Amino acid sequence: MMGDSNAGQKFTASENIRHFLISNAVPIIFIGLSAAAIPLSGFSAGYLVQEMLTRLARNSFLVLSLLIPIMAGMGLNFGMVLGAMAGQIGLILVTDWSVVGIPGMILAAIISMPIAALLGLICGKVLNMAKGREMVTSYILGFFINGVYQFVVLYLFGMRGILSVPFTGTEIRIPITNPQLVLSRGYGIRNAINLTGIRRVLDNAFPFSMHLNIGGGTSTINIPAGTFILIAAFCVFIVWFRRTKLGQDMRAIGQDMAIADSSGIAVERTRIIAIVISTMLAAFGQIIFLQNIGTMNTYNSHEQTGMFSIAALLIGGATVSKASIANVFIGVTLFHLMFVVSPMAGKELIGQAQLGEYFRVFVSYGIIAVSLVLHAWKRMQERERARRGLRGEG
Amino acid sequence: MPDKEPLLRVEAVGKEFFGNRVLEEVNFSLFPGEVLGLVGENGAGKSTLMNILFGMPVIQQTGGYEGRILIDGQEVRFQSAFDAIDAGIGMVHQEFSLLPGFTVTENILLNREPTAYNPLVEAFGDRIRTLDRQAMRRRADEAISLLGFSIDPDTLASEMPVGHKQFTEIAREIDRKNTKILVLDEPTAVLAESEAEILIQALRNLAGKGIALIFISHRLQEVMDLCSKVIVLRDGRVVKETKPEDATVFQIASWMVGRNVETPVASSRRMADTEVILEAEKLWVDMPGETVREATFSVRKGEIFGIGGLAGQGKLGIANGIMGLYPAGGKVAVTGEKLPLNSPAVSLSRNMAFVSEDRRGVGLLLEEPIDWNIAFTAMQVQDKFVKKLLGGLIKWRDDAAMRDAALDYIKRLEIRCTSHKQRAVELSGGNQQKVCLAKAFVVGPEILFVSEPTRGIDVGAKKLVLDTIQRVNEEFGTTIVMTSSELEELRSVCDRIAIVDSGRISGTLPASSPAEEFGVLMMGESLAAADIAGGNADGR
Amino acid sequence: MDGKVKKFIENFGWPRIIIAAFLMCLFASTPLVGVRLDTSISDTLVRVGMNGVLVLAMVPMVQSGCGLNFGLPLGIISGLLGATTSIQIATSADIIAKSGAASGGMKYALASALQTGARGPLLFASALAIAVPCAAVLGFVYAQILNRVKGEEMMIATYVGFSSVAVMCMAWLLLPFDSAVMVWGYGGSGLRTTISTEGFWRHILSDFGSITIGRFYVPTGMFLFFAFMVFLVWAFFRTKTGTAITAVGSNPEFARASGINVDKMRTISVMFSTILGAVGILVYEQSFGFIQLYMGPLYMAFPAVAAILLGGASVNKATMTNVVVGTFLFQGILTMTPSVINNLLKSDMSEVIRIMVSNGMILYALTRKTQVKR
Repeated sequence: MMGDSNAGQKFTASENIRHFLISNAVPIIFIGLSAAAIPLSGFSAGYLVQEMLTRLARNSFLVLSLLIPIMAGMGLNFGMVLGAMAGQIGLILVTDWSVVGIPGMILAAIISMPIAALLGLICGKVLNMAKGREMVTSYILGFFINGVYQFVVLYLFGMRGILSVPFTGTEIRIPITNPQLVLSRGYGIRNAINLTGIRRVLDNAFPFSMHLNIGGGTSTINIPAGTFILIAAFCVFIVWFRRTKLGQDMRAIGQDMAIADSSGIAVERTRIIAIVISTMLAAFGQIIFLQNIGTMNTYNSHEQTGMFSIAALLIGGATVSKASIANVFIGVTLFHLMFVVSPMAGKELIGQAQLGEYFRVFVSYGIIAVSLVLHAWKRMQERERARRGLRGEG
Repeated sequence: MPDKEPLLRVEAVGKEFFGNRVLEEVNFSLFPGEVLGLVGENGAGKSTLMNILFGMPVIQQTGGYEGRILIDGQEVRFQSAFDAIDAGIGMVHQEFSLLPGFTVTENILLNREPTAYNPLVEAFGDRIRTLDRQAMRRRADEAISLLGFSIDPDTLASEMPVGHKQFTEIAREIDRKNTKILVLDEPTAVLAESEAEILIQALRNLAGKGIALIFISHRLQEVMDLCSKVIVLRDGRVVKETKPEDATVFQIASWMVGRNVETPVASSRRMADTEVILEAEKLWVDMPGETVREATFSVRKGEIFGIGGLAGQGKLGIANGIMGLYPAGGKVAVTGEKLPLNSPAVSLSRNMAFVSEDRRGVGLLLEEPIDWNIAFTAMQVQDKFVKKLLGGLIKWRDDAAMRDAALDYIKRLEIRCTSHKQRAVELSGGNQQKVCLAKAFVVGPEILFVSEPTRGIDVGAKKLVLDTIQRVNEEFGTTIVMTSSELEELRSVCDRIAIVDSGRISGTLPASSPAEEFGVLMMGESLAAADIAGGNADGR
Repeated sequence: MDGKVKKFIENFGWPRIIIAAFLMCLFASTPLVGVRLDTSISDTLVRVGMNGVLVLAMVPMVQSGCGLNFGLPLGIISGLLGATTSIQIATSADIIAKSGAASGGMKYALASALQTGARGPLLFASALAIAVPCAAVLGFVYAQILNRVKGEEMMIATYVGFSSVAVMCMAWLLLPFDSAVMVWGYGGSGLRTTISTEGFWRHILSDFGSITIGRFYVPTGMFLFFAFMVFLVWAFFRTKTGTAITAVGSNPEFARASGINVDKMRTISVMFSTILGAVGILVYEQSFGFIQLYMGPLYMAFPAVAAILLGGASVNKATMTNVVVGTFLFQGILTMTPSVINNLLKSDMSEVIRIMVSNGMILYALTRKTQVKR
C-alpha cells in the first residue's frame, strides 16, 4: 500500500497531449492568431524577423525582472514601474551631464540602482502590510509613486527652483543645466527627451548582422548582440540564483508562508529582498529599453512598462505563481508579433488601422484579466480539493 | 538505567491560564531509547504540556509555567520553538507542514540545506551560497534509512500518499543531528491501519537507535504495542504511570475518564414513551477534521440528547451535516418526514436551529450589532422582524421590533453589554455565546442543536448557558441535541448520550451510566469487547 | 474629554483629518491668493453632484464583501451605450420630423414629441432606459466571474474593467451609428472621441430648479437626483435583501448558516453597483456636457474608489455618510488645488496632488489591518 507512491501519476499519450494543450493554451492561441494575422498584414518575413529581434532585445530584460517575485509567491510585480522610474531618473541625469556611450549607460545604471533599491524597499515593506493582496497593492503603489516621480521631475529638476526652505533662501532643486531638457519656464523636465548620447550603444556594441533568405527576397538582419549578451548573462544569473539558499528560501515562501516561517526562514525580509532585486533589475531593464528606442517620454514611458511586460510574460504561458525563462522569450515574441501585425491586419480586414490598435490594447488587458481569473479560480478549486483530501475515506 | 541521569526530566510542572488551572504537579522522566505514551481526554492537558516542552510563545505570553524541565540534568527554559529545537527536541505535528512543490529531500532539509561557497558570497553574504544538492540527497537518504523505510527522495510532497508525508515529517526531525527527543502528536490519526503498523515499526527502529519518543495517541492499542511506559493525564494531573504490560486497554480508558467524585447526573427522565422526532440512518458528513462516516441514531421528542466523543472523531460533524453546512448524505428524517440534506435554508425551515461550535467563524456577525445578530436568521428564514410595504413588494427591516427582541434577550440571558447596538466582537466569549443562543431561540425551534456551548467561556457563564438550555427544554419542550467534548457536562445536562468514534456511533447510554463505560466507548471498543478485554491482559 | 477626542480621531482616521484640514485651509486662503470663494464653493458643489452617483456605485459591492469596485468601467460603458443610443434616436427623429407627416403615423408622432419641450427629459429617460438593462446584463456576467475568484476580486475587477473598455473601443468604431453629431466627419463611420450633449440633454438635471446668485450656481436638480439615488441605496440596505447582503459581506459563513445563498446575494450587489455606475456616468455627462468615448472611462474607477475611502469607508464597509463626505472632500481637493496652489506657487501642481491623494488613500485602505475572515 505504501510502496506505490507514484500511483496515478502515469498518463497515457493522449492524456499527455491533452495536458500539454491545456497548460499551454494561451501561447497556442496566440500562435494561431499570429498565423492568421501575419499574411493579412502583408509584412515581409525579413521585416518581421528584424522587428522581433529588436523587440526581444528591447523588452526581455524588463520581463525577466518579473520572475523573482513570482518565485517568492508575490504574484506579478506591478510595482516594477518603480524601477522603471528610477532608471529614467538616471537617464535624465546622464543626458544632462552629457555622458555618452557605454559609460553613459553604466553611469545611468549606477545612479538609478540606489533609487531603485530604496523604492523596492518601500514597496516590499508596503506589500508585507498587505499580504494576500500584493498585486492590487503594488499596482496602486505604482500609481502613487508615479505621483512622487512627477513631483520630483516636474518641480524639483530644473535650472531654477520653485520650492525653497523657509527663511534660508536655499532652493530645493536638483540642478539641470542643459536647457534642452528643461521646460521653457525654467524648471521641470520636458516631455520628450532625446537620448542621442546612448541611443543603441548597447545594441551596437558588437555590430553583427546576417543575411536572411526567406520567400525569395534577401534581407539584412541586424542583431543587437550586445544586449543579447547581457540578457543571456541575466538568464544565467536567474538559473544560478534559483540554486542558491536565498532562491530556495524564496521558493519555500512562495509555496507556503506559514510553513517557511515555522522552519525559521525570515519570511518578511526575504520578500523584501525579492522585490528589491526585481525593482533594481527593472530599473536596468528600462535603461536598456530606452537606449534601444532612443527617445524618452518623461511622463509616459514607464507607465506602459508594467502592463506590457506582464502581458508579455502571461502570453508566454506563465501564470501568477509559475514562470520560467522560456515563458519570457516566447511571450515577448508572441506579444510583439501581435503588436506589430495587428494594426495592419485590422486595416486590411476592416479598413481601419485604429481597430487593430484597440485590439492589441484589448489583448494586453484581456490576457491579464483572463490569467488572473484562471489563477484565482484554480486556487479556489485547489483549496476545495485540499479540503477534500483532509476528509479521509468518507 | 535508573542510576543514570535521565535525558528529560519534568519536575512538578504546572500551568494556569487566566486563573484556570490546566496542569498541576506533572512529573516524569524519559531515558534514551524509551517510548513514553501520553494519553488523556481532550482538555486533560496534553497539548499544554507539549507546548511547554516545545517552548511555544503562547506559554510565555500567558505568564510562563511552574516547575522545572531538565535535559541531561541541565534546567532549560525555552523562549521559542527554535530554542527547543536547539536543545534536541523535535516535534511532529498533527497537520502536515510540508511544502507541496518541494521534493522529499527539499522538505526534509528545509532551511537546513547544506550549501557551498561561491565568490559572490563575499559581496552578498551567506544566503547567496549555492545549495549542495548531492549533500542534501545524502542526508535525506540517511534520515529515511534511519527510519527503516524507503521513499524516493525526488518525489514531490503533493504527489505522496498521507503515509509518506508522515514519514517525511519524521525524517525531517531526525535529520537534525542533535534530535534526542521526538514528540509525535497523533501521528497515526490520518493513517490507514496498515500504514500505522509500518509507522509503529519505524518508530521502534528509531527508539532502537537511542532516540527517546513521546507518543501521543488516542488509539490505545497502539500505545500498548509501542510504548515502554504509559502516562495517563486527567484534569491536568498525572493520574497513573504504568508499564503497558501491567494494564489493560479498559483500565487505561477508565483512568482517563474516571472521576473521584461522581458529578450529579441529570434526573434520568424516562423518554421511551415519547415519539421519535429526529432520526438519522447511515448519515455521512464531509466535515474536514470531523468526518462522520456512518452515524445511525434517533432522538425522542422533548429529550436532551448528548453527543460526545474525542476530538476529530466526527461528533461535531453530525449537527453541521444535518443543518446543511457541510456536504452530507444518508437518511435523516424530522418528525417522520425525510429531510433533504445540504441546504441550510431547508433545515432551518423545518424548525431546527443550530448554535455552532465555531462561534466567531459561523455563529456571529462580529462587525454587526447585537440586535442584528439575534434577529438575522429569524428575519431571513421566517420573515420575522419584517414590515411588508406596498403589498409585500418591499420587505422593510423592522428595526424597532429587532431592538425589542434584543433587549428582551439581553435581560433574560443576562447578556452584559453597553446597548443592543454594541458590536458582537466587543463582547466576552460567554456573552457572545448567549447572543448565539438568543439567535437560535428567536427562531422558536422544535429541535435545537447546540455544539460545544461552553467552550472558551468562564465558569459563571458556563452554568448560565447550561441552565438556559435546560430551561428552554423544560418550558417549551424544545428537543435539544447537545454536542460537547466534556463528558461531565453532557452527563449533567442530558438524558441520553451517544458516543462517536471514527465517524460512527459506538454506543448510546443513559446519562446515568458509569463514566468508565463512556470511556470505553470513546476508545472505539464496543462494551462487550471491552468486558472481555477487561478480563484478558493482552486482549485486542 | 481627551479620550473622546482620541476616539473621534480613531474613528475618523488620520488621513481624513489631514485632508479635511487641508481642504479647509484651501477654502480659507482663497481671498489671500485672489480666488473667489463663491465660485470655488460653487465649482466644488457641481463636481460633487457630477461624481456622487459614481461614488455611490461602490457601496453595494463593498457591502457584500466583493471589495472596491474597480470594475466600474463596466457600468460606465453601459451608460455610454445608453447615451449614444439616445442621441442616435434624437437625430433619427429629427430627420423623420423634418421629412413631414408623410413618413408615417406612429413614428412621426414620436419624432414630433421629441421636437417639443419634452425632448430633453424624454431623451435622458431613454438613455437611462437603455443603460440600466445593459448594466444589469453586464453586471450579471461580471458577478459570475467575481463569484469564482473570491478573495481576489479587486485586481481582477480592475482588468475586467480595462478589457471591457478596450472591447468597447472596437465597438465604438464598428457600431452602426450614423448621427452626424457623433460620427467622425471624414470616413463616415466610427464615433468621435468626444460628443457634445448640447441640444439633447445637456444640464437636463443640473438646470432643473437651479439657483444662480451672481457667480454662485447650485445645480438643484442634480442634487435632488443624487439625493434620490442615495435614498434608494439607503432604503435598499434597509430591506430584508439588503440586510442579507450586508451579512454576506460581514461574514459569509454566518450568512450561509442562516440559509442565505451567498453567491446570489453577491450577484445582486454587483448588478446593483454596475447599474449605479451606468446611471452615474449619465448624470456626469449631462452636467459635463460631453460624452467621452474610447479610453475615456479607463481610469474612472480610481477617483470614485479614492473618494469613498476618503469618506471613511473600508474595503468591506461603506455607508451613505462615507459617500457624501468622501465625494465632497475629494472633489473639494480636486477643485481647489488647481486654483489655490497654482496661484500660490505659480505652478500647476494639482495633477500631482490629485495622483498622490487618490492613490495614497487607496494604499492606506489596502494596507490597513482588516478583520475580514476568509
